[in-house]
Amino acid sequence: IDYTGTEPSSPCNKCLNVSWDGTPPCTCTINFTLEHSFESNVFMYYGLSNFYQNHRRYVKSRDDSQLNGDNSSLLNPSKECEPYRTNEDKPIAPCGAIANSMFNDTLKLYRIDNDTRIPITLIKKGIAWWTDKNVKFRNPTGDGNNLTALFQGTTKPVNWPKPVYMLDLEPDNNGFINEDFIVWMRTAALPTFRKLYRLIERKNNLQPTLQAGKYSLDIAYNYPVHSFDGRKRMILSTISWMGGKNPFLGIAYITVGSICFFLGVVLLIIHHKYGNRNTSADIPN
Amino acid sequence: MALEVTHRYLQEESAMADFNGLIECEEPNNRLDKFAGTLFWRNMSYSLDADKILLRGCKIRNTDFCHGVVIFAGADTKIMKNSGKTRFKRTKIDSLMNYMVYTIFVVLILLSAGLAIGHTYWEQQIGNSSWYLYDAQDFSPPYRGFLNFWGYIIVLNTMVPISLYVSVEVIRLGQSYFINWDLQMYYPEKDTAAKARTTTLNEQLGQIHYIFSDKTGTLTQNIMTFKKCCINGQRYGDCRDGAGQLQSHPEQQVDFSWNMYADGKFSFYDHYLIEQIKSGKDPEIQKFFFLLAVCHTVMVDTSDGQLNYQAASPDEGALVMAARNFGYVFLSRTQNTITISEMGIERTYDVLAILDFNSDRKRMSVIVRESGGNIRLYCKGADTVIYERLHPRNLKREATEEALDVFASETLRTLCLCYRDISRDEFEVWNKKCVEASVATTNRDEALDRVYEEIEKNLILLGATAIEDKLQDGVPETISRLSKADIKIWVLTGDKKETAENIGFSCELLTDETTICYGEDISALLQTRLENQRNKAGSSTHSSLRMNEPFFQGSRDRALIITGSWLNEILLEKKKKKKKLKLKFPRTAEEKKKQTEKRRRAEAYKEQQQQNFVDLACECRAVICCRVTPKQKAMVVELVKKYKKAITLAIGDGANDVNMIKTAHIGVGISGQEGMQAVMSSDYSFGQFRYLQRLLLVHGRWSYIRMCKFLRYFFYKNFAFTLVHIWYSFFNGFSAQTAYEDWFITLYNVLYSSLPVLLVGLLDQDVSDKLSLRFPGLYVLGQKDLLFNYKKFFLSLLHGAITSLIIFFIPYGAYLKTMGQDGEAPSDYQSFAVTAASSLIFVVNFQIGLDTSYWTFINAFSVFGSIALYFGITFDFHSAGIHVLFPSGFQFTGTAPNALRQPYLWLTMILSIAVCLLPVVAQRFLSMTIWPSEIDRIQKNRKKYMAEEQQWRRRQSAFRRGVSGRRSAYAFSHQRGYADLIASGRSIRKKRAPLDAVLGNSVTEVRDAPETR
Repeated sequence: IDYTGTEPSSPCNKCLNVSWDGTPPCTCTINFTLEHSFESNVFMYYGLSNFYQNHRRYVKSRDDSQLNGDNSSLLNPSKECEPYRTNEDKPIAPCGAIANSMFNDTLKLYRIDNDTRIPITLIKKGIAWWTDKNVKFRNPTGDGNNLTALFQGTTKPVNWPKPVYMLDLEPDNNGFINEDFIVWMRTAALPTFRKLYRLIERKNNLQPTLQAGKYSLDIAYNYPVHSFDGRKRMILSTISWMGGKNPFLGIAYITVGSICFFLGVVLLIIHHKYGNRNTSADIPN
Repeated sequence: MALEVTHRYLQEESAMADFNGLIECEEPNNRLDKFAGTLFWRNMSYSLDADKILLRGCKIRNTDFCHGVVIFAGADTKIMKNSGKTRFKRTKIDSLMNYMVYTIFVVLILLSAGLAIGHTYWEQQIGNSSWYLYDAQDFSPPYRGFLNFWGYIIVLNTMVPISLYVSVEVIRLGQSYFINWDLQMYYPEKDTAAKARTTTLNEQLGQIHYIFSDKTGTLTQNIMTFKKCCINGQRYGDCRDGAGQLQSHPEQQVDFSWNMYADGKFSFYDHYLIEQIKSGKDPEIQKFFFLLAVCHTVMVDTSDGQLNYQAASPDEGALVMAARNFGYVFLSRTQNTITISEMGIERTYDVLAILDFNSDRKRMSVIVRESGGNIRLYCKGADTVIYERLHPRNLKREATEEALDVFASETLRTLCLCYRDISRDEFEVWNKKCVEASVATTNRDEALDRVYEEIEKNLILLGATAIEDKLQDGVPETISRLSKADIKIWVLTGDKKETAENIGFSCELLTDETTICYGEDISALLQTRLENQRNKAGSSTHSSLRMNEPFFQGSRDRALIITGSWLNEILLEKKKKKKKLKLKFPRTAEEKKKQTEKRRRAEAYKEQQQQNFVDLACECRAVICCRVTPKQKAMVVELVKKYKKAITLAIGDGANDVNMIKTAHIGVGISGQEGMQAVMSSDYSFGQFRYLQRLLLVHGRWSYIRMCKFLRYFFYKNFAFTLVHIWYSFFNGFSAQTAYEDWFITLYNVLYSSLPVLLVGLLDQDVSDKLSLRFPGLYVLGQKDLLFNYKKFFLSLLHGAITSLIIFFIPYGAYLKTMGQDGEAPSDYQSFAVTAASSLIFVVNFQIGLDTSYWTFINAFSVFGSIALYFGITFDFHSAGIHVLFPSGFQFTGTAPNALRQPYLWLTMILSIAVCLLPVVAQRFLSMTIWPSEIDRIQKNRKKYMAEEQQWRRRQSAFRRGVSGRRSAYAFSHQRGYADLIASGRSIRKKRAPLDAVLGNSVTEVRDAPETR
């Protein structure tokens, strides 16, 4: 579902020219209908297009040691982070353009059942790789668990409304190990990409996770994409053993397979026709 | 050796300190065998020649010390003057490869420029408005584009195969070792293995068009044996018993046991001659063998009671050895005496003069004072020269000539022997002249020749000898096989036309069906051609018209036999005229212009002439050039190199072949009888001519095929690898972002893809060595550059580009809108990079698997090993542990385990691999069934041939020697004898082993000083 709001008719059109520190956040609501019910766990993605997360300048603008919880890097981030290295003489944590441009729309999903909006529980943990969460990203170490103290002496990225230690209330999902943050930091390969946002778990075996019907999506629209012709989308998807739905591989396999079969037949015929002729051929000495 | 005077007067060190002579000598030059100088001392002048100086680099043997004066030092020494000439040889593929690398470099720059423009455009359209890319440096888009140009040069630099050069050298080194280790090119009799003395020319061996071969020592063994003789008109040497009757069974050899000096190896079948000698009745026979024992420059050396002869030329050695076996034993010599055992009686004679051999005189003489006091000149030489100088009243002239014809028709080398009595007065007069001539400072050699001429006249013919110069084993087979491989063989020899022609027949270079054209016939053809060309040039504006119609009509075999003088006439005629022109002093500018014009026209004419000659010669199946000097040999090679643009190989064994060996693309030296000079300047060396076929048809062909496969694959591999970055750049704003992990880029060429292709370069063979020898036609591949040329090069680049396209776009399509098994989107950059890299590794390694035609365990191991290595290293680098150790060095933590867990990704990879490789497989199959090359067919029928071979071997019949009726004649070796040494006698003064000192002098050299002790 595209909620960028480029068309004037879109409810989100008013938010199009939102800026980073828009307070209060511009909110809009989009209603949509699911034709089929989703039986198993549903994954909720946000998708951006025309967003070059793979640009070289962008990709390298991060400091992995800082993200790994190295205290010296925390206060003295790598030069790669420029110009998002320091702000007002204070080191930025997390530094760099990637962190600075973190996706910060908030999406909420409601099922509309007889005009009442029933909120759907969105799980925000378990969306990042284990290695990322436990190995690559670590909060700085120090006395106590008070992240505010640990991040003492740093400042928030320019575009962020809140500092990194206030991303979440739960301590195991806060600071550098906030999973939304981790997912964002895993840069995409292509300019059109999607990233996992939330999980919707199946509650019991009787009911589908998401029934067919009307839903509404509440968006706290913070992330400006209009300036570079970007698009924002929300995608709901289920997953099979080989991942999400994508016709490309299927089509490709069928095509290649049939070409192979055809070629095989042709070659077989050719082999029968020509093969015998050559085995007996004499070679001039 | 030292001058007589200096030797005598400078025995004390104090005397040496007072030495105040003046040496006048020639300018520094590179001729090792010549020196002309004069020492002025105490109002006397003494001549200095090559024997009086020690050259830099020589070793002195059997001499404890010597004192000398330094004449030239440093770069002026002869050895240094010589060394500068060696040229660096490179192969055709080498230069082709260089151009290809330039091409790639240009492509790289063009691509980078294109991408930089793309980046500029992108920045303008998208980048500038993307707030998230803001980097606080407001460069304009064109400037960013410019920066990105360099960025792309760095990213795409893997396209230029830098490691190629190293790998190529490694492969060549390996191939050279294979040549060195080849037991089938090992010559057990001399304990010489084949040796690749340069490691850079191997694949060139697979592309030879022309072989230039020396004759003596190369085609022939250069081992002379005394076979027959003609004494006083009577022929000896056939199988006869003591009574002179012809015998039917040739097994019975002459028993030489009555002679204590016989060396036991000599075999002779004519018992009648022995009876004649033993009886001692015939004075002519005695004189004959006496001459053989006296008239020579052989040095003798006694070790363990055995006489060892050291001869300047093998002919001479054979003659002296024969005389020794017949009872006329040369025992020892001093400066002016010679001791001979005549049928057991030792006698010593005074040698008054030795008139040494050289290639112009073609004869040598000694003047001996016999016991009775009368002086006699003994002379031996080539029949033509001797016959000119015979006394008009020679009775046996016709009979001997008849014998010579008979000998020559048996391809024996002949030599005439004669003598002359000289009166004492005549000798005195002549001797004075001789001494005068020998101190002449200029043209000493010519002066001496003139003096010698005076006394060598009115000779009385004694007889003639016939020496057999055996062909080396397997020469005819080798030659016929090489010519089946479309290699043209030119024989360049210093021998006479008849000898050369004979050898040509006996080694099957010429057959009875061959039409032989001589130089004189061709001159006419060339002349008409030239005139035609001139006419054409007159009518049309362009003079560079080349006519391509053949000189000869019909398709019969043709052979060309030309002589050196004819060559000179044809090829250098214009040079002489030019010199004349130069003598005229140009007065006005106009005249000058005219002259240059003339000269240019002459030059053009000469070139045309040479071009025509080469064209003509190349139409012939075989070319034999006789009577050519070493310089002409080199010139002929140069001509073919220049006008045919073909790869040439020169093979030879003697010092006279050195020029030719150095000039040709590849020089092969045969470590034979004539010393090591040829081997030292060659690129490859071995013991026998027949190994040439194995070197070319097996090693050369393999090397060429391997190198071509290697190069093609190498370019393919690098392109498949690098171009992915370009496709990726369309999706990352041309920002020079790499499509793979940095570590993968670093290790790809070093570890993941290098070993299998190196092994293919080293071990691959399309057909076995036996089959490639059996089907010489397979060799044509290399001559025509079929396996590696620009077409093949661009094809492999295209192949690489297509592979890279597939490797990029299949994951792209697959990842565009998908999620992983666990819900995470796999389209993140790192997973993408791992997918692309993994499929690349699979494709590239399987591709080399397809290219390999000779599978060994090592090949399989390396292919699968490379893939395993890739996964091992990738998993290591992506593991948690290494990230803990180096958090910023390895950023792909967890990517491989996470990404490769997903079946979706594997499906993508399998698809890419299949799409990359299936067309290749199909194409291979098609070409093999529909248009099978000779190689394919031979490979298919390998087993059948193997069985045939075994059968054939069982049936193999004895080798039949062709008998031809052509005349041959004697040819001396090109070296001078030791006459001067003997005459001066200095080296003989010391009793023990004088020879070594002499040898040391001529073979290796240390100092650069004339010996003036």
